[in-house]
Amino acid sequence: MRKKKLSKLKEAAIRAFFFTSAVLAILVLVGIFATLITTAFPVFKEINIGRFLSGKTWDPTSPEKAEYGILSMIMSTLLVTVGALAIAVPIGIGVAAYLSDVAHWRVREIVKPVVEILAGIPSVVIGFLGMVLFAPTIAKVFHVPHGLTALNGSLLLAIMALPTIISISEDSLNAVPAIYSEASLALGASRWQTLVRVKLPAALSGIIAASMLGMGRAIGETITVLMATGNARTFPHLPQALLESVRTMTANIAIELGEVPYYTTHYYALFAIGLVLFVMTFIVNLVADVVLRKYQEREQ
Amino acid sequence: MNQRARKKITQAIGFVLLRVCLYLVLAVLLLFLYDIGSKGGGVISWEFLSQAPRRGMTEGGIFPAIFGTFIVTMITAILAIPLGMSAAIYLNEYARQSRLTRLIRLSIRNLSGVPSIVYGIFGVILFVNIMHFGTSLLSAGLTLGLMTLPWTITASEEALKTIPQSYREGALALGATKWQSIRTNVLPYAVPGMLTGTVLGLARAAGETAPIMFTGAAFFLPYLPKSPGDQFMALPYHLYIMATQHHAILQVRPLAYGTALVLIVLVLGMNMTAVIIRYRLRRKQR
Repeated sequence: MRKKKLSKLKEAAIRAFFFTSAVLAILVLVGIFATLITTAFPVFKEINIGRFLSGKTWDPTSPEKAEYGILSMIMSTLLVTVGALAIAVPIGIGVAAYLSDVAHWRVREIVKPVVEILAGIPSVVIGFLGMVLFAPTIAKVFHVPHGLTALNGSLLLAIMALPTIISISEDSLNAVPAIYSEASLALGASRWQTLVRVKLPAALSGIIAASMLGMGRAIGETITVLMATGNARTFPHLPQALLESVRTMTANIAIELGEVPYYTTHYYALFAIGLVLFVMTFIVNLVADVVLRKYQEREQ
Repeated sequence: MNQRARKKITQAIGFVLLRVCLYLVLAVLLLFLYDIGSKGGGVISWEFLSQAPRRGMTEGGIFPAIFGTFIVTMITAILAIPLGMSAAIYLNEYARQSRLTRLIRLSIRNLSGVPSIVYGIFGVILFVNIMHFGTSLLSAGLTLGLMTLPWTITASEEALKTIPQSYREGALALGATKWQSIRTNVLPYAVPGMLTGTVLGLARAAGETAPIMFTGAAFFLPYLPKSPGDQFMALPYHLYIMATQHHAILQVRPLAYGTALVLIVLVLGMNMTAVIIRYRLRRKQR
């Protein structure tokens, strides 16, 4: 009798241990959010949050009047990100469609792990290759003094986003019920017409979710853009900004956090940028998540 | 007839376009690997792998960086593997459909989307400042561990899902308790799969720069770290320094290539080991 009780206690303790580990995930997420808010908070006592977000000048070390406006960084981040998606989404969908509808299954078996290799290359190596391979080429092709530009960053982020976009898009293309394509083919449509007019629209939500996930990663990528985009503190004006040096939010944190004196307005302001970054990626990932869930539920 | 021909031509052009997309991606990958391999290969020697940098990092090797990356990845593993596995066991074996379970899953998915630099500044506050670990191996390893956690949980849960329900039921029918059934009939089959997924996560962590920049990685250290409280050199950060911050960037470019090659071989090597083990496991399970 006693032994049974003891074993029940043991079972409960083990369950509690596993439960605690799982709940840790919530604690970490809330912890990150809470730390960012509390560390960023002092800056908003000095600077109006509206001015912080909409100010075009970031000059925290100016001897006359320090300026804390992050709009130029937000715009730079968006510019590099949108550029990356403009490159990665069409190519990614193309590769996914090729793998799911055209390629022999043997080709697919080989190509999928090869694409995964691309995902495995560390971001610092991608950034390095952007400096030594892409930047000189961009400088030559577009006749600009140096290639460390927004375009360079977009190209590299596109390459980094491609594996995600390819793999999720291919999954969602494969998940389109076979009846759809059979019906289309039976009506006399070609395989190409079936792909473009039936399968791609049916897989659209998965493809959108894949692009959003790629977008979240591109917004948050640090070391690659830090190495590849030149980091000039200017406001990006389209379209020439693509061929100019830009400084994203992530790059700015990475550049300045190492040198900033602790517990100064500048220090708090850097964490405020981190907070903005966290909120932006959180929203993007949440939308991707909702779209993906919806689409999976519909499939079931 | 004419329309039919046009349809065929459109299809042919379309498929060629798709194929070009694929070739483009493969070409970029080949270019990357070829460039690093050809220019980094010449630098690799026993001296490069076994010695410390000399003369303001213009000569010598990268051994402290290799060593530092190895140790920091170990600390990452010590945090992320047990926690990731237990969380996965809870989610797959114990959790019922409830609001709390959904919240846990949502948190995990969102954690995997948090930018690495945000983990970095979180590590600065939590480990370096609040817990007073300072900029050290420990702070950097724990920061990377938190970042890796969502990946290890997801990968471990995938492995647990592949174990048939009948294995659990068999043990339970014989009067085993829940934990006994998990320990004897689930984990022995799931642990190899859980580990391979975890190694993939660790490989990603080993190549990360942003989370360790401010939590413990050092520009240059003349000695190896002796305790978890010391700063350390790491391969990704060393490559970043050699590529952008060094006073004689063009002169040390070959060393940067060499560092990049070692880093890529290390990370892809870890990846490939995991993928090969997973492939073998899958064949065995069939």
